[in-house]
Amino acid sequence: MNETLLLIIEWTIKGGLLAFGLATGFAYTTFYERKWAARLQIRIGPNRTGPGGWLQPAADGLKLFFKEEFTPANAYKFAFNLAPVLTMVPAIVIMAVIPWGTQIDFFGRIIPLGISNELNVGVLFLLSVASVSVYGIVLAGWSSNNKYAMLGGLRSTAQMISYELALGLSFIGPIMLAGSLNMAEIIRAQQQGVWYVVYLPLAAVVFYIAALAEVNRSPFDMPEAEQELTAGYHTEYSGMKFSLFFMGEYIKMIAVSAICATLFFGGFDGPFVNTYPLLGPLYLGIKIFISLGLMIWIRATMPRLRYDRLMAFGWKVMLPLSLFNVVWAAAVIVFFNVR
Amino acid sequence: MVTNLLTDYWPILVLLLVSLGFAGIAMGGGLLLGPRRSSARKQEAYESGMRAIGPGTRQMPVRFYLVAVLFILFDIEVIFFLPWAVVFRQYYENGLGAFILLEMLVFIVILLVGYAYAWKKGALEWE
Amino acid sequence: MTPDQILFIVTALISTLAAVMVVSRRNMVHAALFLVLTLFGVAVAFVLLEAPFLAVVQVLVYIGAIAILMIFAVMLTRNVTDDSGDPFNKNARVGGLAALFVFSLLVVMFGGWSQFTAYPQAGDTSGSIVQLGVALTAADGYVIAFEVASMLLLGALVGAIFVVWPRQNENE
Repeated sequence: MNETLLLIIEWTIKGGLLAFGLATGFAYTTFYERKWAARLQIRIGPNRTGPGGWLQPAADGLKLFFKEEFTPANAYKFAFNLAPVLTMVPAIVIMAVIPWGTQIDFFGRIIPLGISNELNVGVLFLLSVASVSVYGIVLAGWSSNNKYAMLGGLRSTAQMISYELALGLSFIGPIMLAGSLNMAEIIRAQQQGVWYVVYLPLAAVVFYIAALAEVNRSPFDMPEAEQELTAGYHTEYSGMKFSLFFMGEYIKMIAVSAICATLFFGGFDGPFVNTYPLLGPLYLGIKIFISLGLMIWIRATMPRLRYDRLMAFGWKVMLPLSLFNVVWAAAVIVFFNVR
Repeated sequence: MVTNLLTDYWPILVLLLVSLGFAGIAMGGGLLLGPRRSSARKQEAYESGMRAIGPGTRQMPVRFYLVAVLFILFDIEVIFFLPWAVVFRQYYENGLGAFILLEMLVFIVILLVGYAYAWKKGALEWE
Repeated sequence: MTPDQILFIVTALISTLAAVMVVSRRNMVHAALFLVLTLFGVAVAFVLLEAPFLAVVQVLVYIGAIAILMIFAVMLTRNVTDDSGDPFNKNARVGGLAALFVFSLLVVMFGGWSQFTAYPQAGDTSGSIVQLGVALTAADGYVIAFEVASMLLLGALVGAIFVVWPRQNENE
């Protein structure tokens, strides 16, 4: 058959698998959160739908399909409908450069495990897609024509762009050690040496905190501070549009966990992964699972930051710390002469 | 035939289209399956159950604009860091480590002057 | 036609149409959104030209930062939500003629240029960021420009704070 057609079919299948996998991952992340947060607070959590409550996410998703799709009369319809899409799409697209493994032999056809593992500007791609995801929130806040939504949207936008700097600067360490922006190359460099968290522990911590702020997770979930802003930027959303926001948020959690795993914890690296490439997705999945558990734990434990403290923390602590990390990475290269 | 040069980019475009389709199906499904019972009262902006007072969108505080300006400037700084970071090891292995480090230190120090100015002026505070 | 050419034609059409929408929309935020679409089209054009670094920087800086700043600026001005006012004033025809003139000049100029058939060589992309890094930092490269860029950023930073930040005693 025609090679181009085959390639397009391969990409579509992989893209569909990734989108479907992330949607399922989203559904079960909500379940994971409810179960694990319940355990942390000595409750039981959802346990009625299906055995042990395992069908709860399916029931939730189905319910949202049958809810009324509702637009306030004063909303700007075009932007109001565009905003949920602009939140969800970048969350999926950012996963394009995350390698899930090396490659497999599928009936004589070499298929790389991942959408675009070897993209030569991989890390920058992550940054630029992350910067685009601000749009969904700023548009939702503006187009709802609602005071709570407007305030939530503005707060969230300012918060995201402030922490994006620390996020971007904490990428520099792994780039310097690997000498490349290519995600697969960064993982190969870690496979030959050690995981970068060993050399750059502080950068990993800064990255994780900035990522929590970037995906609006507790304790940085200011934009949707229920007590003051009802639901922030998605106050006026309902039905499937609301669930697209929800989905975007949880897929972003999965995405930053995957990025953290790739840059600092060796990505798909693990025992025997070079002999059995199919172990790669499993290892990455386990690392994502652990990171998500940590996020839920933080949410169940920490109180929310006050907004002025949050912005001051971003500019006065995170930014200098992440600049220090760059110098640290240079020192690591010079003193340990790492490979 | 897809040129070899762009084989890393085409899959991203395909993924973009797939995820757009995904969002479209979700929104379309919700539109088809959900009920539609609207009323004038329901269509008002939500304000904790009270009648909405005044316009929903109003003039934004100038603080947010300043944050966006500061963000652009530091964002460009991050971008300048990237090509430098990629070649750092190469320079170090060629014995030019001190040179390239100094180069970046000058760059950072100049920007830190601006950062200190912003701090002193109170532009990083949030009242 | 190759898929790359089809992609080029599609993105060129979309970004041109979006550019027309930018100047013809009444709602400023919608105009800004179409500007984002145009900028994205330019990013795709950079990818097609084998300049991936420029493409992602285009998205990161122009779409992720400058267009956000523009939307903020629109929200900063009063009464953006009113869609009143015709986006075209009486100079629209003169402006259109001037644009047409410049465009035809460009067409004539580039029509006579023979280098369009040159296509980037395979195999030289992997080094492009390394080459950029070397060019920016090498002693015989653009290191002075690199440091001057930092001065420029400093000037912009101080200027922005000076203009935006309220002077002391003014608000009291």
